Parts: sequence; structure tokens; C-alpha cells
Amino acid sequence: MSDHDVLSLTNIHKAFGGVVAIEDFSLNLKAGEVVALVGDNGAGKSTLIKIISGVYSPTSGDILLDGQKTDFRDASAARANGVEVVYQDLALADQQPVYMNMFLGRELTKGPLKLLDKARMRQETQELVDELDVRIPSASSTISDLSGGQRQGIAIARATHWASKLVLLDEPTAALGVAETARVEALIEQLKAKDLAILIISHSLDQVFRLSDRICVLRRGKQIGVRDTKSTDKNEIVSMITGVA
Amino acid sequence: MTRVSSRLQGLDFQQAVVYFGFLAIFLFFAVTLYDDGFLTQRNLTNIVLQTAPATIMAVGLVFALSAGEIDLSFGSIVAVSALSCAVALQSFPMPVGVLVGLGVGVAIGAFNGVLVAYLKLPSFLVTLATMGLFAGIARSMTNLRSVPVMNDTFTGLFGSGKLFTVPSLVIWTCLGVGIGHLIYRHTRFGAHVLATGDNPRAAQVSGIKVARVRLYVLMICGGCAGLAGLLYAGRLQAAKYTLGESDLMTVIAAVIVGGTALNGGKGSVVGALLGSLLMGMLNNGLILMNLKVSDQMIVRGLIILIAVAVSLRDTSR
Repeated sequence: MSDHDVLSLTNIHKAFGGVVAIEDFSLNLKAGEVVALVGDNGAGKSTLIKIISGVYSPTSGDILLDGQKTDFRDASAARANGVEVVYQDLALADQQPVYMNMFLGRELTKGPLKLLDKARMRQETQELVDELDVRIPSASSTISDLSGGQRQGIAIARATHWASKLVLLDEPTAALGVAETARVEALIEQLKAKDLAILIISHSLDQVFRLSDRICVLRRGKQIGVRDTKSTDKNEIVSMITGVA
Repeated sequence: MTRVSSRLQGLDFQQAVVYFGFLAIFLFFAVTLYDDGFLTQRNLTNIVLQTAPATIMAVGLVFALSAGEIDLSFGSIVAVSALSCAVALQSFPMPVGVLVGLGVGVAIGAFNGVLVAYLKLPSFLVTLATMGLFAGIARSMTNLRSVPVMNDTFTGLFGSGKLFTVPSLVIWTCLGVGIGHLIYRHTRFGAHVLATGDNPRAAQVSGIKVARVRLYVLMICGGCAGLAGLLYAGRLQAAKYTLGESDLMTVIAAVIVGGTALNGGKGSVVGALLGSLLMGMLNNGLILMNLKVSDQMIVRGLIILIAVAVSLRDTSR
């Protein structure tokens, strides 16, 4: 874990019309650090992810990426700056092969006619899934033929491939079985080892305690607190989430 | 070796059905209609010539369907484009007529496209409305009269002409399918069309300009219909409001049988060509069988129904 802040959010405020979704949220994230964002449904976790990834812009407050103030117009601007999101619903095109998903929107081309370089995309995809140990039949497999764990593996591998700074994970294992969850968690550990900053939303406190360095609790748009994972326990986090002491 | 086997895996049932259907119907007519001249070179060439406009329309429709949209108005675009071109050719040289015909097609496609992509109206309803709108415009343009096309360069290029013994309509078919296939399978735009039809949200968050893709596919549809209008005008040496009128069902059937998914994300330009030839063969065979027009329609409808049912069989897995 290095010392500089990859992401720093100060006094983020977001309102949709009169409804306040996030009020006064501040958080710093270092490279190689995993911070878990927890809270009940409707606490504002996904809204926060969308603000960081450029889908929404905050009503007020600053987002600094590597110390630079950012104001992403849309998700592709965030991606161009090394921020990748793994969405709850995966954002994969099911009827396309794995390698086309890996390069979705960023397809490699060759020659004067700018034709797709399928061979290279296939090869790079294969190298990537091998490196991350995502077990799929081949880089040419169609997404719809893969299991939930394999798909999530692809989505995370894609984020790893393109993220240079920050990966946001929105419930990455919500739909997975025990063994598949373990594989995805191993994958997240690998991202951490690559010195990426990771912000993860999860409903499973067990998972949060396994993976995270710090835990940030949201309740109804308010930031309740941030704890070092090592120096807190489930009881404290649960009472912070529910507001019941 | 691994490449071959992955190719084979990729060749799924829906994509393959058109090849078998094509072969089966070809063989059936070849045997039963041998004495009626089905297999003569002249008859087979005729089938290709007659299906050329439908094939071009089918190529355009593959793009629209793959992006999750549909165009029902292409038949009306064919008529308006052909008439505009024919009228222009009466007072202007050939290139102007061609540009007018294609331009009108692309412009109507853009009109559809803007309504769909930026006003976010469903393409089914938009093009259902513009189908009627432009069918009416085609009728009023020349008061139901047909417009003769006397320009020999034009009729040669888009109709009866030949290049080294290859009929121009065959060349247009090859060009349309070849270029369409190249764009569809081998460019970023083609990949974005498929992604947009497959999962618009995924496409959007991946930085693909989904609205622009929707606009472009409907413009491609319009442009292809415009070219089909030129081919009709060239072959028949006249333009009339009825051109393209009866092509809607045939072209949609050709595209679906050719392995393109109605709900987007998957398709084949080469499959659409085979589907179109299959429809042409069917037409031709039923006429050679001396069936009454009403019976032809019934048999054609039933065969299309079977073909579509078979090619859509396992989409709901």
C-alpha cells in the first residue's frame, strides 16, 4: 500500500430535485487499498459509485483523482482516466464472444481500413484470463454459454485490464455460489496486489471483513463513519448500518 | 486446429438452418421442376437478378435488426427513391439522378433515425407510420402515374447492363453483400451495432454512442432501400409507386431465416443473401409449378412460417 491518495472525495453532495441522495460524503482511497462501502438498501451506495464513475455529477463537492480535480462528463471520460466499474448486472453483451466484451467500445483495429484485429483481441484476452486464472473454455466462447462466476470473472478481468487507478465493484458476488464467490474474491485480491485502489459495495459482512482494509458506512445518504477493518467488529458495523445501538 | 473447432462451435443451429433450407428447397425444385427448366442457367440467373433489390434491402435490415431496431418503411422508401430518381433523370444527367435516388433514401432513413435515436420513440411505431406516410407521398408525387426511365447509361448501370458478361445486378448484389459483410463483421461500427442490440446499457457504459448507432443503422436501411429503388428503376426502365410495396414480408423473412435475431445482437449479412435467394427460388419455383397466384401466396406464407419457426426455435433457452 502506497501513501498517496488515488481518490479523494470531499464534501460530496448529491440531490435529485428535492431529494437528497448523498449528503456531505468524504473519503480518501490509497493505491492497493480496499475500502468497503456498506449500508442498507437505498443508503446511497450505488449513487456514490455512479458519481465517482461519471454517470452522475455531484451537486457540490470535489472529486480528486491522483490529486487532480476531475469533472467527468460521462462514464467514458472516467474510463479514459483509469477508473473502471464492475456493475451489479455485469454490463456484458451476452451474445458476443468473450474477447469482444473484453474490448467493448475499445476494439483493436489494424491496417488502413481500420478493420477489427480479432486475432490480437482474442490473444490478449486469452493471456489476461490465463493470468487471472479465470477458467473459461476459450476467449471465443459466447458469454451466454458461461456460468455466473465465469461472467463475473470476465467483467472483473475487463476492469483489471483497463483500470490504471481505481476499480469500483458494485455487488460483485451477489448472484454467485460459494465456490464462485471464493474465486471472485481471489481475483479482487489480485487487483489489490496490482496496486489498484478498490471500492467495493457488498451486502455480505463476512466478505467485507475478508477483503477490506477499511469499512465506510452509509445510512440514508449520510456518512455514518469509517472504521479500520482490523479494529472493528461486525456488531459495531451492524449497529452503524441500522442505527440501532 | 483449435481455431477450426471454435469456428465449428460458433456455427450454431440458427445460422446453419438457412444453408440446409437453401439446399433442400434447391434440390426439391431441381428434381420436381427439372422438365420445367428450373435448372437452366437462364432461370437461375433470373432468380439472382430478380432478388437483387430484395437482397440489398435485406443487407440494410440486418443492420437495423442487429442494433435492436426495425425498419418497416423500406418498401415505401424504395418507391419514393425510384420515383425521385426517375423524375430527376428527365431533366438532369445520370449522376444527379443516382444521387437524388440515394439521397432521398438516406434522408428518409435519417428522418426515421432521428425520431428513434433522439426522441426515443420505438422504431416499430415510427417506421410503421412512415411506411404509410411515404407510401402516400409516393402515390401523390406523380399522381399514381409511372415515370419512364430513358437514360441508357442509367438502365445499363442499374438494370440490363453487363460487365465482362456479368450482369450489373449480380455485381450490385455482390458489392452490397460484400461491403455490408465487411462493415458488419470487421469494423468497430459493426461491433457497436451488435453490442447496442445485445445490451444497450452495456454498450452505453462502454462508451459506445448508442443513439448515434441507432441513427446510422436506420440511415443505412434507408440508403439500401434507395439503392434497391435504383435497381428496380433500372431493370424495369420505369418507376412506379408500387415498387417495393410487396417486399416487406419477403425481406423480413429472408433476414430472419438468414440467422439474424429479431431482437438484436446477432445476425449475418451472408445469411441474409442466402435467405433472399431462398425466397426468390421459392417464388420462381411456385410460378414454374403453375400455381394460381392465390395458391402461391398461401404456399409461400406457409413455407416462410415454417422457415421462421425453425430458425427461431431455440432463442428462448
